[in-house]
Order: sequence, then C-alpha cells, then structure tokens
Amino acid sequence: MWIYEKKLQYPVRVSKCDPRMARFLLEQYGGADGELSAALRYLNQRYTIPDKVVGLLNDIGTEEFAHLEMIATMVYKLTKDATPEQLEAAGLGPHFVNHDKALFYENAGGSPWTATYIQAKGDPIADLFEDIAAEEKARATYQWLIDYTDDVDIQDSLKFLREREIVHSMRFKEAVEILKAEQGKKKVF
Amino acid sequence: MEENKEANESAGNREPERDGHSVAGDAAYVAELEQLQKVDFALVELTLYLDTHPNDMHALQQFNQLAQRRAHLAHSFEIKYGPLMQFGHSYSRYPWQWYQPPWPWQV
Repeated sequence: MWIYEKKLQYPVRVSKCDPRMARFLLEQYGGADGELSAALRYLNQRYTIPDKVVGLLNDIGTEEFAHLEMIATMVYKLTKDATPEQLEAAGLGPHFVNHDKALFYENAGGSPWTATYIQAKGDPIADLFEDIAAEEKARATYQWLIDYTDDVDIQDSLKFLREREIVHSMRFKEAVEILKAEQGKKKVF
Repeated sequence: MEENKEANESAGNREPERDGHSVAGDAAYVAELEQLQKVDFALVELTLYLDTHPNDMHALQQFNQLAQRRAHLAHSFEIKYGPLMQFGHSYSRYPWQWYQPPWPWQV
C-alpha cells in the first residue's frame, strides 16, 4: 500500500501568475513522457519483471508520484489568480470551459492522457529500454521547459526534476546490466 | 528582515502567531520543512542506489544513519506543525489535525 506524506519532495515556489507556463507544464502532467505516464508505467511493469529489479521499479514509480504532485503544485500556483481572459490568452480557453481552473490529465496541446502512452511487454529488457527512453525524453522536455521561462523559482524546481530523470535513467541502465549478468550465468549451466 | 517578509508572502501570507510560535505555512515552517526535505532527498537517492548496489556497505551505513536522523527531525516537526502522515504513522492532538491546511500545494 501507499502512505501519503504531507509535504513536497522539493519546494515549489512561483514568482508570478503565468497561465502560459502552466499550459506548457501540462506536458509533464498528462503528456506521453510526463510524470503520470512514468509512475503508471513502472508500477505496472514491476509485477512481471525479475525479482532483482522489482525494488527499483517500485521505488522509482513511487518517486514519480511525488514529481506529479510538484508539477500539479506549479500549475495550480501559476493559474490560481488568473482571470478567464488571461487563461484564454494563454491558450487555456478550451480547458477553462471544460474544467474551470481544475487540473486535468492532458498534455500541453490539450489531448487527454491515454494508456497508449505506456507499454508493458513482459520482456524485461524491452521494458527497461522503454523506461530508459522515457527518462531521457522527460529530461529533454524539462530542458525545453526551463528554456521557456524566465521565472527563476520555477526553473529551480524544474532543474531538480531534470536531474532526477538523469539519475533514474542511470539506475535503469544498471538494472539492464544486472539482468544481462543473470542471463549470462544461466547460459553456463 | 526583507528576506523574512518575502518568505512569509510565498508561504501564503501566513504570519507567525502573536506569541512568537511558528505555525504551519509560515517562514519558520518552510525552513524546518526544508531541513527534512534535504535528509529525505538523500534517503530517496540512497534507496535507488542500494536497489542496484545492494552490497555497498558504506552506502547502507549512510542510509541507516540518515533514517535515524530523519525520524528525529520528523518527530520534532510533527510536534510543532501536526502530522506528516496518516493511517497511524503519525500521532494527532485533539481535535483531529490531519485534515487541517495547509496542504503542500498551498504552502
């Protein structure tokens, strides 16, 4: 089971009301390479992955939910004081008529999250390579987001998240090596 | 002073109580929470590392030491600001404290 902790993994501060940036950040909320996709992908793959790497998928999947909460906090803070006119100017008019200021799992273009963003092949190497690619794609998205804002507070939180993608990718690559070593052992017998 | 004022504003304008006690959401709360976030970050990092390096004795010792420090920090934080966790992992004073704001996205 999961136990909620009443704190963010890393502080999220915003300097100003900025619905335009909030819209771009939705890519990491409900986008293909976003945090929801990441959490659900790893936690779903862990049931059939070899025992040696279950713990890693479990723990990275769990950390992704903490990242999802950070992105949600950014979007919430960047839009909570915005007028309907400001939301419309930021391209969030279609979002506003459907959801008001509620968050929704959609990408920056407004497409709702779909399970077709994630895969589970039951083949540990195929699954781990998907996971490595997902981390690298998320890292690239964070870089574009950092480049897209001049809000140093938002940049600080986004840089933390970008670095986490790098660490996760590194750990998944180690998991591949662990499984390859296991496979090598079996061939000896 | 100026820095404190700014920190207060970013904490949703929650001013410390008049008798000087810090309350959830104020600048002292944010600073103490950050101490806990720092230790917890090291623990997350060590957890993932140990998942792929289970025989690293030095990392394991660091993990256990920080886990102990984390427990002390969380305990003193919870005495001041209320429970961090629910389902029996934190205690509550009367009346029930868990449901009270601020929630993390409101700080």
